[in-house]
Amino acid sequence: MNKIKSLDDLRKMKQNLEHEMNIREKSNEPESLVQIRVAMATCGIASGARTVMNTLVEKIEKDKIPAVVTQGGCMGYCYAEPTIEVKVPGKDPVVFGNVDSQRAIDILVKYVVNGELLEGIIPTNYQTINEKK
Amino acid sequence: MAQFKMHLLVCGGTGCRASQSEIIVENLKSEIKNLGLENDAQVVITGCFGFCEKGPIVKIVPDNTFYTQVKPEDCAEIVREHILKGRKVKRLLYEDPETQKHIEDSKHMNFYQKQIRIALRNCGFIDPENIDEYIARDGYAALGNIITGMSPQEAIDIMKKSGLRGRGGGGFPTGIKWEIASKSKADQKYVVCNADEGDPGAFMDRSILEGDPHSVIEAMAICGYCIGATKGIVYIRAEYPLAIKRLKIAARQSRAYGLLGQDILGSGFSFDIELRYGAGAFVCGEETALIKSMEGLRGEPTVKPPFPAEKGYLGKPTNVNNVETFANVPAIFLKGADWFSSIGTAKSKGTKVFALAGKINNVGLIEVPMGITLREVIFEIGGGIKDGKKFKAVQTGGPSGGCLTEKHLDTPIDFDNLIAAGSMMGSGGMIVMDEDDCMVSVAKFYLEFTVEESCGKCAPCRIGNKRLHEILEKICSGKGVEADIDYLKNLSRVIKDTALCGLGQTSPNPVLSTIEHFHDEYLAHVKERICPAGSCKALKLYTILPDKCTGCTACVRACPVDAITGEKRQAHVIDVNKCIRCGACYEKCKFTAIHVQ
Repeated sequence: MNKIKSLDDLRKMKQNLEHEMNIREKSNEPESLVQIRVAMATCGIASGARTVMNTLVEKIEKDKIPAVVTQGGCMGYCYAEPTIEVKVPGKDPVVFGNVDSQRAIDILVKYVVNGELLEGIIPTNYQTINEKK
Repeated sequence: MAQFKMHLLVCGGTGCRASQSEIIVENLKSEIKNLGLENDAQVVITGCFGFCEKGPIVKIVPDNTFYTQVKPEDCAEIVREHILKGRKVKRLLYEDPETQKHIEDSKHMNFYQKQIRIALRNCGFIDPENIDEYIARDGYAALGNIITGMSPQEAIDIMKKSGLRGRGGGGFPTGIKWEIASKSKADQKYVVCNADEGDPGAFMDRSILEGDPHSVIEAMAICGYCIGATKGIVYIRAEYPLAIKRLKIAARQSRAYGLLGQDILGSGFSFDIELRYGAGAFVCGEETALIKSMEGLRGEPTVKPPFPAEKGYLGKPTNVNNVETFANVPAIFLKGADWFSSIGTAKSKGTKVFALAGKINNVGLIEVPMGITLREVIFEIGGGIKDGKKFKAVQTGGPSGGCLTEKHLDTPIDFDNLIAAGSMMGSGGMIVMDEDDCMVSVAKFYLEFTVEESCGKCAPCRIGNKRLHEILEKICSGKGVEADIDYLKNLSRVIKDTALCGLGQTSPNPVLSTIEHFHDEYLAHVKERICPAGSCKALKLYTILPDKCTGCTACVRACPVDAITGEKRQAHVIDVNKCIRCGACYEKCKFTAIHVQ
């Protein structure tokens, strides 16, 4: 361990360290973030959901997009795997099908950051358990 | 470097470790390795989450899944289902006792909804043995800002403005304490952290030191800069081995980074800490006794003044603060005095950590804003009384405090309201009692503790408390008379007025407060010779209800002293003179024919 010699060094060190804690900081206030859920059931994994998830996580970290990626179980759209659900705060969740790494980046850049709609949205007609009260 | 997609936070506090959380960590790690997920998921040992009732806790972020009562054999399933496939393990989720629904996200648990975590901000969030995680959360930034850009007086003014009061029990304004110590002139001054936590049922200081030791070290250094001290000492009980271990690791890491030692961050300010171990005497939590004990003398209090701020450890000015007080300090400097004083009530700012114990559903550690009501703490956060019984009282302030009853449920909790209600904040232990608890026995329990812990230096405490205990013993064994109650009251007042230190001056509080709030219960013991709660063994009266007794003779065989007689298939009778009130017949009877009064 090297000694920290000044307050500036301490601040720089903090900046280098904080990205590893980001995932925990984000979990503190998930409501204010874009929540992306990757369907990670057997069929999803088989069609490459894990790669998609890695891409999402890396892009979000690199561009400092205020979003958090979690895993979900099977959503039932096995014909369109890998699928991801994107919940922008204040909006209804949107499900995208047939997502590969390139589409994942498109979704982040166009839908999440710029708010444009993309093709390939699966219309949802279900209620989640959180809505049923 | 690969980015972890999930963190598995495992509670490494003393409570959860006692339920095998270390093995859980190992099992999680090995299963993650088996499945080749080392780059996806990271296992982190953290401090206490507070929800000790349902430990061991494993929390998974970023989805905030809160697994309770995890066993080592559950780990494979958690990793295979949740980490690999994204399916939460339902059976391990916390179940809301009212709706019986599994709660997936800890944000939705009643236990956490009303809490504001300042002193516990890092507990259950960072790895206490890794200084980098503390720095990543702005650790040592407050110290850095102060020693490079503020005068000691400016920093003290912020402390005064924040309104922080001592969390160890007394509630003395921390900023003023620092100011007094800063004005004393001496070649050497000392900062002491009082980690001699001793109230029955209180464990917040231990949890802070186990979960976030750096916040205490940082605050001690800040205090050192403010009062002009270069040496800090943590006085900690030897029976907190895990807290000691983590504190030592933390100090070693801080020194390696140069955040303790000479010329910190090039500011010219030097500070370092050392540890002293207490042998677990309650009186050593009193600051003058603590200082005596640190000097290697008997842990006996001395008369104030002189206050430690003028003449303390080795005769030098010494500032003593409690662990929780210190844990608040870095947050105050980072977020500002106005932020801190916006939380709480007019005269009690910020939050308070309480240890919930006794007959409450959610035993654990909580941090709530001052001014919250007892009802919110007990029934919302605490989940109400165990087994659907009726709330009777809550004891706050430990052996120095008193009981609060149903009529206090809606009183906002702060330093002054608790004193007005005949109790005190103390270090924050809250022992909840239900209808089965006898208040005379409760007073007796605390007196037993005080008699045991009295250092014996002054007569009122040494002899007076012993007498109080004897009378309570007499009442509980059914030999009390009405005059005993007045005698208790008088003696209590004398002890309060004449004892030397805080321990003796407050030790009669449990007696006075139970007499005040439960006078009828005392009267029932001495006049009718019954214990309304049915807890004093000597006052129980066992009789057989003839219309319910079938004469099965089960009780006759259970009775160890042959006090029950009667013919087969005829109602039996208990000879009250022979009966030793053991309750064996009551437990054996299948027809609820034994009546207890």
